Amino acid sequence: MKKITEDLLREISEWNGEFKGAYNIREDGACVGRVSSKNIRIVSKKDQPGLEIFIAAGTKDETVSIPACVTHGDVDDLVYNDFYVGENADVTIVAGCGIHTETGEPARHNGIHRFFVGKNSKVKYLEKHIGTGHGTGLRSIDPVTEAELEEGSVLEMDTAQIGGVDRTKRCTKAKVGAGAKLLIRERILTEKEQTAQTEFEVELNGKDSGVDLISRSVARDNSRQGYHSVIIGNAPCTGHSECDAIISENGKVDAAPELHAHDNDAALIHEAAIGKIAGEQILKLRTLGLTEEEAEATIIDGFLS
Amino acid sequence: MLKLENISWDTPSGTEVLKNLDLEIPDGKLVVITGPNGGGKTTLAKIIAGIYTQKTGKILLNGEDITSLDITERAKRGISFAFQQPVRFKGITVRRLIELASGTAMKEHDLCEILSKVGLCAREYINREIDSTLSGGEIKRIEIASVLARQSDLTVFDEPEAGIDLWSFSNLINVFQDMRKDIKGTLIIISHQERILEIADEIVVVADGGIKAKGPADEMMTILMNSNGISGVCSKQEELLK
Repeated sequence: MKKITEDLLREISEWNGEFKGAYNIREDGACVGRVSSKNIRIVSKKDQPGLEIFIAAGTKDETVSIPACVTHGDVDDLVYNDFYVGENADVTIVAGCGIHTETGEPARHNGIHRFFVGKNSKVKYLEKHIGTGHGTGLRSIDPVTEAELEEGSVLEMDTAQIGGVDRTKRCTKAKVGAGAKLLIRERILTEKEQTAQTEFEVELNGKDSGVDLISRSVARDNSRQGYHSVIIGNAPCTGHSECDAIISENGKVDAAPELHAHDNDAALIHEAAIGKIAGEQILKLRTLGLTEEEAEATIIDGFLS
Repeated sequence: MLKLENISWDTPSGTEVLKNLDLEIPDGKLVVITGPNGGGKTTLAKIIAGIYTQKTGKILLNGEDITSLDITERAKRGISFAFQQPVRFKGITVRRLIELASGTAMKEHDLCEILSKVGLCAREYINREIDSTLSGGEIKRIEIASVLARQSDLTVFDEPEAGIDLWSFSNLINVFQDMRKDIKGTLIIISHQERILEIADEIVVVADGGIKAKGPADEMMTILMNSNGISGVCSKQEELLK
């Protein structure tokens, strides 16, 4: 495994020389380390690049890590990973992607993840994206996530793009069954000329299904972000979408939350707020002895934390 | 000692709010600045903290001319300011704000001690975000806690009673009395509340952009009570000036 991969792993996952539990490390499109556990089996797909991850029913308190790293330009990595989570499991999946380039060649990772979450299972999914290196080549990450939640299951997604990614288009689609809950927390920071587009489409198909979608983003310099969420209530359900964005310098954010209630007992809410950092917030922190720049950084760090 | 000399301030549209105001605030005292709404009290408090910049005049803190210092520099010189309408922060926790105020990482026990002083059941609040899930009264108490954590030489409270319930208000009086005992610095409180006036060492009446009366609290309370309150003081002062 390359030194760059090690550095990226520290940033995007909980790697400190080793992983806890099952793992697969992808480096420049190839596997450089894999360990399955008694309850979590990782196998390569036969027909396309990627993995099948089988989590046995009843697996509790286990973690599986599947980070992907691109260490140089002129790499266009595409991977299809499918997660099959058995019934009554309670597990954490740590994904994440780091892209590094020191040249003018572009570097791209496109991860297509599908989740099949069994009845009454609980999955926590952590995904962090970062771009590093001094190269001028475009760093892009285009994740696609599709999830099917069976009755009574919970999928909690915590995703963050913490800097250095020039282009990203993030698409998440989910179908939520009876009594199942989907919780999504997304944080995105864009700077310079970067762009980020986020698309969510959630179908609430089962009685008492629910989704809580919270996106916080900061667009600085000349960067631009788009947020588009669609929540479709096909049953008695609850849906909440919240998009909060801070813009600074010439940053631009477009937010378009969409709600479709196709059942009389669907209760759907959306909130969207976009604006500069409030002057009063800066003033308060300055009265504590912070400079204007320190105050702004503190507010943004907190907002994205 | 804080000394203000010939302070004037106009609104951006040109309305005169403070007019050649002179004031001396001695060290270690609890001074309450009172007066009618729109008289210039909050403007005066914000000029002391550097939030507003005066049109004319000079500000001296312990003999040092701090007139040209900005908010940050004045905070570093030991001036604290508690806002009348505290701001909310999405993503910043109570712990983070108090630690920023104190300038250091704090143990849970020390955080709890500060929050308890303002009547908050501390452990429940430490990791909460200072956002819209907190009530106005809770936000106000956290604002006061952030100022307590600074242990400044000079602390300015702008109408601390605004927006808090009766129980919290009673507690607030105790907070000010404890601050007077525990912190050797000076407290300036902008207030209309009689119970706050009663605990003052000195009372200053600001109206129409100037100082209308000033003196030890017991003397000032007698005057205020016997002359139709603050408006009486103002009209009496105006008569004397004529």
